[in-house]
Amino acid sequence: MGTELIQTIAFYLFASLVIASGALTIVARNPVHSVLWLILAFFNAAGLMLLVGAEFIAMLLVIVYVGAVAVLFLFVVMMLDIDFAELRAGFAQYLPFGMLLVIVLAAEMIFAVAAWNAGGVEFAQRLAPTPSEVPNIQALGTLIYTRYLYIFEGAGLVLLVALIGAIVLTHRKRGDVRVQNVTRQNMRRPEEAIRKVDAPVGQGVQL
Amino acid sequence: MTTSSSLALTLPELILSIGAMALLMVAAYGGDRLTKPIGWAAVALFGAAALALLGPAGHGGVAFDGLYRADAFAAFAKLLIYVAAAVSVLIAPGYFARHATLRAEYPVLILLSAVGMGMMVSAGDLLTLYVGLELQSLAAYVLASFMRRDTRSAEAGLKYFVLGALASGILLYGISLLYGFTGTTAFEGVAVGFAGGLSVGELFGLVFVLAGLAFKISAVPFHMWTPDVYEGSPTPVTAFFASAPKVAAMALLVRVAVEAMGPATESWRQIIIFAALASTILGGVAAIGQTNIKRLLAYSSINNVGFALMGLVPGTAAGVSAVLTYMTVYVVMTLGSFLCVLRMRTADGAQVEDIAALSGLSRTRPALAAALAIFMFSLAGIPPLFGFWPKFVVFDAVVEIGLWPLAAIGIATSVIGAYYYLKIVKTMYFDEPAPAFAAADSKVENGLIALSAIAVSPLGYLAIPLLGAVTLNAARALF
Repeated sequence: MGTELIQTIAFYLFASLVIASGALTIVARNPVHSVLWLILAFFNAAGLMLLVGAEFIAMLLVIVYVGAVAVLFLFVVMMLDIDFAELRAGFAQYLPFGMLLVIVLAAEMIFAVAAWNAGGVEFAQRLAPTPSEVPNIQALGTLIYTRYLYIFEGAGLVLLVALIGAIVLTHRKRGDVRVQNVTRQNMRRPEEAIRKVDAPVGQGVQL
Repeated sequence: MTTSSSLALTLPELILSIGAMALLMVAAYGGDRLTKPIGWAAVALFGAAALALLGPAGHGGVAFDGLYRADAFAAFAKLLIYVAAAVSVLIAPGYFARHATLRAEYPVLILLSAVGMGMMVSAGDLLTLYVGLELQSLAAYVLASFMRRDTRSAEAGLKYFVLGALASGILLYGISLLYGFTGTTAFEGVAVGFAGGLSVGELFGLVFVLAGLAFKISAVPFHMWTPDVYEGSPTPVTAFFASAPKVAAMALLVRVAVEAMGPATESWRQIIIFAALASTILGGVAAIGQTNIKRLLAYSSINNVGFALMGLVPGTAAGVSAVLTYMTVYVVMTLGSFLCVLRMRTADGAQVEDIAALSGLSRTRPALAAALAIFMFSLAGIPPLFGFWPKFVVFDAVVEIGLWPLAAIGIATSVIGAYYYLKIVKTMYFDEPAPAFAAADSKVENGLIALSAIAVSPLGYLAIPLLGAVTLNAARALF
């Protein structure tokens, strides 16, 4: 009973925050803010994954998505003209809201840990139950490269098409730039590149 | 089932994907001047893949634990797809050379897109469905903006990409709901989950999946991208979009509806009826005001998809066979029409797309006018031509289950559609001649136009016994 309760609370907490932060991602006017809301949404989605016992996907969500978004965020900060003094100006004003977010995140983490300790949620209908003795990542690995090999290869082709597409749509030959010619560089002999100078003592080198 | 025997069943996809990668290497090292040889090599690969369908790949059953179906239905759809894709490869070099955008990647992208379409029509699992669809779509987005210096082409690519991503999102949401409520992504598993009546979640999943697929076949109300994308894309690419991916998405929709959602036929029937009626009506009415021939053909494809969808409504083998018959004839008519559009260029080689430019074509280029007239009469479904036959079998299948009001409305919208097809014929035969188009410079194009014109001419009726038997055999594979 106790473990079920904590799982239920954790589920509704994560689920409602995913929806709320997803909505705020769309309505936020400042792109930086919407990126931050997006990160919050990903964190909560990771929490949901943790609840169903998919710890590998939870970690993947955090590392890949939040990591990628963090890099994107860095780009935005570097490329946009943001006045940091102005950003800091409202610090005291936004402090309560910030603290609220901190408390929510801290509570989420505690719930996540507690729910994780209580074990994954068992779905009523699940044809493929998660094996308890092998870790997630091992189970995924054995499935991806055996049963789902076909789809895995298909996904590889999708990436190949994306690669070709990016090159077809953006690559162009430019005549006005000097490009590296590796063959010419390798063909170059020391005697063409090096000039021996006899420098008399006390007179320095004439270049 | 071992991996090697599974691989034997996926032979067409293997040929196409390995061939595409080899040709990509050739393209990377040989450069754009090899575009034509690469194109012919791609056509040869399509031929080889089609031949592979004769083997176990055409009727061998299930591979990869149900992820892949190698049955007669998939084989028939693949044959259509390969033919349409090969034609799109053949007609491209001339067009792109005239616009100085000849790129060796074009045949490679078509090949990879065909791999995706093969995955779609052979899907036995929602995951295969999605990966195949993405492979096909991603290649299509690139192809739409292939002439990247042309603003219209870039716009078409961007529009297609954004709306396609939205449709993928809708589809994925539906798939996740189906997975969540039935506990599996396999089609037969979903069917088992549906068997005991639909829960609300399953119903939502069904609606979202159908909406995502309706986008791909551009059925109303998910058709908005079609005219813009068809108008902006380079004409050979438009010909490709109107033919092969339509067949793939339609076959996929049929397979999902029958195999995965078969027990819920009563639930999806009303959705399909609505989409079919709305598509035929809107495709017919909205085309009337068009002045650009590619936009007109875009609305015509919406209209035709509506008729093909009507064949799915009964949910019987006869209905599915009618859909396949319809798509076969539709592909020939559409490719023929776009081949004629490709020939619409002024003496200095500039492409024109205005319907007015067709004025008096019967006096300046009588053979071309005759061919285009055959395609237009056929698209309108006027009896002596073969375009009448698929409409007839579709209505026949609908009437068989007693849905005669649907057939009656279909016939009425067919009459509306006939108006704009006949208007083109009138422009060509009775208006004052506009400046003549440039003479044909490609024997391949001429040959293809002649071939497709003969196929949809009354001579096509000779193929009915064969076409009927093959499509029925293909349709039975689903039931």
